[in-house]
Amino acid sequence: MNHQLKRQFAAFVLPTLLAFTVAFIIPFVMGVWLSFTKFTTVTNAKWVGPENYIRAFTADNDFLRALGFTALFTAVTIVTVNVLAFLLALLLTRGLKGTNLFRSVFFMPNLIGGIVLGYIWNLLINGVLSLWGVDITYAAKYGFWGLVLLTNWQLIGYMMVIYIAGLQNIPPALTEAASIDGASPSMVLFKIKLPMVMPSVTICTFLTLTNAFKMFDQNLALTAGAPEKQTEMLALNIYQTFYGRVGWQGVGQAKAVVFFLLVALIAFVQLRATRSKEVEA
Amino acid sequence: MRKPKFRAAALLATTAALLTLLLSACGRKDEQVLVRYLNFKPEIADKYQELADAYEQETGVKVVVDTAANNTYEQTLMAKMATAEAPTLFQINGPRGYTNWQDYCADLSNTELYKHLTDKSLAVTDGNKVVGIPYVVEGYGIIYNKAITDKYFALTDRATTYKSMDEINSFAKLKALVEDMQKRAADLGIKGVFASTSLKTGEDWRWQTHLANIPITHEFTAKKVDLTSDATNEIEFRYHNEFKNIFDLYINNSVTDKKLLGTKTVSDSMAEFALEQCAMVQNGNWAWSQIAGVSGNKVKAENVKYLPIYTGVEGEENHGLAVGTENFYAINANASEEEQKAAADFIYWMYSSDKGKKYVTEEFGFIAPFDTFKDDERPTDPLAQEIIRWMEKDGVKTIPWNFTLFPSAQFKESFGSSLLKYAQGNKDWSSVTADMVADWKKESAAAS
Repeated sequence: MNHQLKRQFAAFVLPTLLAFTVAFIIPFVMGVWLSFTKFTTVTNAKWVGPENYIRAFTADNDFLRALGFTALFTAVTIVTVNVLAFLLALLLTRGLKGTNLFRSVFFMPNLIGGIVLGYIWNLLINGVLSLWGVDITYAAKYGFWGLVLLTNWQLIGYMMVIYIAGLQNIPPALTEAASIDGASPSMVLFKIKLPMVMPSVTICTFLTLTNAFKMFDQNLALTAGAPEKQTEMLALNIYQTFYGRVGWQGVGQAKAVVFFLLVALIAFVQLRATRSKEVEA
Repeated sequence: MRKPKFRAAALLATTAALLTLLLSACGRKDEQVLVRYLNFKPEIADKYQELADAYEQETGVKVVVDTAANNTYEQTLMAKMATAEAPTLFQINGPRGYTNWQDYCADLSNTELYKHLTDKSLAVTDGNKVVGIPYVVEGYGIIYNKAITDKYFALTDRATTYKSMDEINSFAKLKALVEDMQKRAADLGIKGVFASTSLKTGEDWRWQTHLANIPITHEFTAKKVDLTSDATNEIEFRYHNEFKNIFDLYINNSVTDKKLLGTKTVSDSMAEFALEQCAMVQNGNWAWSQIAGVSGNKVKAENVKYLPIYTGVEGEENHGLAVGTENFYAINANASEEEQKAAADFIYWMYSSDKGKKYVTEEFGFIAPFDTFKDDERPTDPLAQEIIRWMEKDGVKTIPWNFTLFPSAQFKESFGSSLLKYAQGNKDWSSVTADMVADWKKESAAAS
């Protein structure tokens, strides 16, 4: 069997490898190369060296400001999304009536596309803010909390499902034994349930982090950076750089490479940190 | 023993076959010469297709019409240019747009269409080369609904003494009229004189581009700036007070409270005008299809008229509408010679044959800047006719479109968001002006 598998190895791997090369490796290498060039289309690039990277940081403060805004946004949403999703998961694993219905309802927002969601929340938030005679473009804080609200609404259901799966995997024997030994419900929660769902926490924080950091559609549809780019996140800033100025496509590409490195680095650190907290039953 | 080997071989063969298919599909060369056109105007995409079919029937040359979605022309062009099926005919939006595409623009000075261009100064040139041929002349100003202004002139206890819109020929008069109309909004059955000043990001081009063109043009004229030189890389926004005049008039006498303009879109404004919720709106003649297309629209074609944008600048009594173009045909220099010729033939046919001209004037509603069109071959929609009426008025000077010289999209966006903050009361006018001047300089430097 093993022998046969080895012989057919190439046949099985080749199609995937090919697709992976065409759809990922080639564009990725090209993308990095383009960040060192000046180009209008990908076929007429001219090598300019590291100039694009210098321009990305020195031409204006927009990139760094977007980075700061994105970092703050990510920090806030990681906490709110995961705490709320975990609480919902706890609530919906207690065998309440209608649990399945609620699970589906909470999960549903995740199925709606980001642009649509952005427009819907744009209308909702503006409707509420109009009571005070302003709209979401009036101040950066409205845009920020609007984005946080939207992201929570979209991601909580998804993370909840992962947490539910994690909670259901805890052997009942563990919690029962703890109760018999006289552990209070909060002790069961913090000493048993939380450590046991750490693998879910790892996944959920990773997903929230990358989702929040790479957010584009929702940002574009909800605020589009208003007022004065103060709510512009990294992905949107890259997009604007790419198309905002003649001959700046390379700079946009350079920012995209920096962006990739940042996301990869942060996600790596986060995975290491939360993995180390995972325990075996 | 034989079976697995056979399977592996079969799988390998299938993969290889698929791969060849894929590669051959990518690299396939068409034997037949055809025209690939990337269209800028989605509102007439269907009509272009009809015209292309007619051309194929008549000449046997196939024209492939692709259309970029609203506001995505540059993006679409960038993507398509890199493919094997790159457009052979595309468009640039003026001298600034040309710098992005200079490697791709062929010299058009020997094309038949260029020879028939009435005003050669409208073309985009690079040294002795002609790289962009304007194909439509458009105009913008303040569109007003004559039914509502007439209603106002019929009021007995109004504060002004004007009897018709013909008397309005300066900012002072316009302001007196608008402010009194706003006071009498209830009597006129409108919510405000002007439609919402749409300042949502991406919807603010009527102000950061079109309206800004008026004071900038006046500045260039006053300083006698050579528009082809680097002198356009810096401005002082000399007529910023004039810009503020008209902008304040728009936002203070509007359907929408000025703090709520950040969510308004161009469609919102045009709908307000079509539904007679307001009397005036600033826009160009391309807006007619939009006004006519609003469901339940009340405004009648014969009542739709144009007024120039008055800002309070000296001598404006003789100023007309802002007329110009930002649509220039360009032919892909990287296409084969036959393909380039096919593209040039197609556009010439479009603007010289009876069938083509009929489409251009009647279906597209273009005012075409070529001498192949006779006086009776003109678009019939009310806004285009108003443009022509203003262009032909004696002693009236039209305002050219110099926003094609605005340094970058980034510049326009920054100015737009600055205007929004001003409207919301979060930014004073001196900062708006200072930022605009600084941005212009910075963006001009960045673009070069």
